[in-house]
Amino acid sequence: MSHLSRFTSYKHESAIFPTTPQRVWLAILIVAAILLPLFLVSLVDGRSWLILFATAFVAAIGAIGLNIITGFAGQVSLGQAFFIGVGAYTATALGSPAVLAADGSVELIGFDLPMVIWLPAAGLVAALAGVIIAPIAFRLEGLYLALVTLGLVFVGAHVFRNWTALTGGVGRGREAATLSAFGYRFDLDSQVLGFNITREQQIYWLMLVFLVVMAILAKNLIRSKDGRAFAAIRDRGVAAELMGVNPTKYKTLAFAISSFYAGITGALLFTITGFIEPTSFSLLLSIAYIAMVVIGGLASIAGSIMGALFIILLPKLIDLVFLGDAIDLVMGWIPGLGSESGEPPLTSAQIERILFGVLIIAFLIVEPLGLYGIWIRIRNYWKAFPFSY
Amino acid sequence: MRTTLLGEALPDAGWNGSGPLVEVDDIHLSFEGVKAVDGVSFQVSNHELFAIIGPNGAGKTSIFNCLSGVYRPQGGAIRFLGNSIINTKPWKIASMGMARTFQNIELFPNMTVLDNLMLGRHSSLSYGFVSAMVRVGKAERIEAENREVVEAIIQFLELELVRKSYVAMLPYGIQKRVELGRALAMSPKLLLLDEPAAGMNTEETEDMARFITDIKRELGIGMILVEHDMRVVMDLADTVLAIDFGKPIAIGKPREIQENEDVINAYLGKPHAVVETHMESNL
Repeated sequence: MSHLSRFTSYKHESAIFPTTPQRVWLAILIVAAILLPLFLVSLVDGRSWLILFATAFVAAIGAIGLNIITGFAGQVSLGQAFFIGVGAYTATALGSPAVLAADGSVELIGFDLPMVIWLPAAGLVAALAGVIIAPIAFRLEGLYLALVTLGLVFVGAHVFRNWTALTGGVGRGREAATLSAFGYRFDLDSQVLGFNITREQQIYWLMLVFLVVMAILAKNLIRSKDGRAFAAIRDRGVAAELMGVNPTKYKTLAFAISSFYAGITGALLFTITGFIEPTSFSLLLSIAYIAMVVIGGLASIAGSIMGALFIILLPKLIDLVFLGDAIDLVMGWIPGLGSESGEPPLTSAQIERILFGVLIIAFLIVEPLGLYGIWIRIRNYWKAFPFSY
Repeated sequence: MRTTLLGEALPDAGWNGSGPLVEVDDIHLSFEGVKAVDGVSFQVSNHELFAIIGPNGAGKTSIFNCLSGVYRPQGGAIRFLGNSIINTKPWKIASMGMARTFQNIELFPNMTVLDNLMLGRHSSLSYGFVSAMVRVGKAERIEAENREVVEAIIQFLELELVRKSYVAMLPYGIQKRVELGRALAMSPKLLLLDEPAAGMNTEETEDMARFITDIKRELGIGMILVEHDMRVVMDLADTVLAIDFGKPIAIGKPREIQENEDVINAYLGKPHAVVETHMESNL
C-alpha cells in the first residue's frame, strides 16, 4: 500500500506514478497495448478492430479534455463537438491539398502542410476559440453554461454545413489531413526492417503515442497548482477566490486546455477514415463525449481513457452480442418491438444510442465514480485479499 | 525529523512596512433595509491580536467579508498595507497577504489535507501551466520547495497522521485545524479567524488557543479574531471591539470591555449606548 512505501524526498513522493507496483502495472499495460496489433492483425476482422482501437485512443484525448473542464473544473460543457469540428477543419485546411475547380478558382481551401504544423495548429485554434468564448460562458454557471455551450454546437453545425469552401458542404465533404511526418506516410502500408506493417497498425501505434503523451501532460497538469485551482473552484468557488485563486483566469485556462485537447482529437479523428463530413459535429457527438466522461469516471484521467474505449468499442461489442437472428430473438420478447417482416426492429446504431442513455443513467445512479470507481474497488479488494477490509 | 520553526518556514509571512496593517474607516454595509455594518472604524497593527465580539447577527462576519472583498461596503474606506482595497477583487486581496478561516468550514472536501494546504500556497507558486504540464525543472522544484513549507505547517499543527486523508473524512476539530493550516500556508500578513473555537470541546479549544498564541509569537502577524468563547477572547486579545446591530458599542483592552455596562447590556438584550469609534480612540 502506498503509505507503506518509503520515500526519501518530496519530489520522489509526488512523482506522477510514485510506487513501484504502479509503475510495473503501467509498463505491462503499455507493452500489451504496443503488442496488441501484432495479434489483432491475424484476426479475420483484425483491421476493423485496429481502426476501432485507434479511434478510441483519439477519442480518449477528447474525453480527457472534456474531463478537465467538466470533471476537474466542474463546468458542464456540451460544446465538445464544436471544438472537435474547429480542430478537424483547421487540420484539414492546413494539412490537405487545395482542390481547384474547372475554371482554376479555389474550390476547397488547402495548404498541404506537414503534420508538425497542422496538428498543433488544430489544438491552438480550438483553444483560441475556447478563450474567445470563455468570458461569455463564465458569466454563467451550471445549467446556463450547458445551454450556452449547447448553442455553440448548433452555431458550429450551421457554419460547417454552409462554409463549403472549407468543408465541402453536406453530402460532399472533403478529405482529411494527410498523416505524414518528416516524409513518412503513416496512412500507407509499409515495410520496416523487413516486417510488413499495415496502414491500420501504423495508425494504431501513432494514435497510442499521441494518447500517452496527452494523458501524461494532463495528469501533470491536474497534480499541479493549476489542477488544484480547478478542483478548488469546482468544490468551493468563493473559498477558492479567498485563497488567491483568480476564478476567471482558471476557468478560462481550463476551457482553453479542454478545447486544445478537443482540437487535437478533431484533427486526428478523421485522418483514420480519411474523410470529413460536415454533419459529423452534432449534439450526438457531444453527448458521446459526455457519456465517455460520466461512464469512465469524472475527474479521472484513467477513467476518461476507459470511458472512451468503452463507448467506441460498444458498437462492436453489441454486434458480437446481438449476432444476426439473436437481435430478433431478444426484441421478440418485448411486446410491440417484434418484427413481422423479418427485418431487425432496431439497428445496432439504434441499440447503441439507447444503451448510451441507459448506461449514463445507470452509472450516475449506481456507480457515480464510473469505470474508474469500479477499478478502484477491484484493486482494493485484491490489495486486502484474502481479508475483506 | 526536522524541527523547523514556523517563522523559518514562512519567511514571507508578516509585514515590515510602517503604519497600521489594516485601517477600517467608518464602513457602512446594508442589504436593502438591513444595516449589517453601520459606521465601524478600527485599525490593526503588526503583532496585534484584535478581537471583534458581539451577539449573533451583530455583523462580525460581514466585517470580515468586507475586509476580504466578498462584500463591497457602500460607504467608508478600507486600507490594507496602506492601499485602498475597497474595489479590489477577493483573490487579489488574498494574494496581497490577507488570509482567513471561516465560521462554517470551507475546506475543499475532495482534496487531501496536503492538497488543501498546497492550495493555500497558490499565490507563491510561480510557474505557468505549460511548465506544469511538462513538469521538468521549474515546476518540479517549486512544488518540492513549497511542499517543505507545507510540511512545516503540518508539523506545527500536528497534522502528520492525516496529511494524506481527504478532508471530508476528518472530524470537525481536525478540519478546523486544517483550515487554520491552509490560511497559514498563504504566508499571511493579516490573518482573519472567524470563530476558530466554535463547536469545539475544552481540549480542542485549548489546542486552538495555543496555536493562535504560537502563530502570534513566531510570525508576529496581525490577527483579527471573531469568537464567542469569551475565555479565548479575554486571554488572547490585545484589543477588543464590541459591536451590536452593526454599530460599535465599545473598544478597548479586554478587561475594560468585560466590565463595560453597554457591552453587558447588549449581550443581555437591554438598551445600550453606541460609541463613536474614531481611529484615535483605538489604543
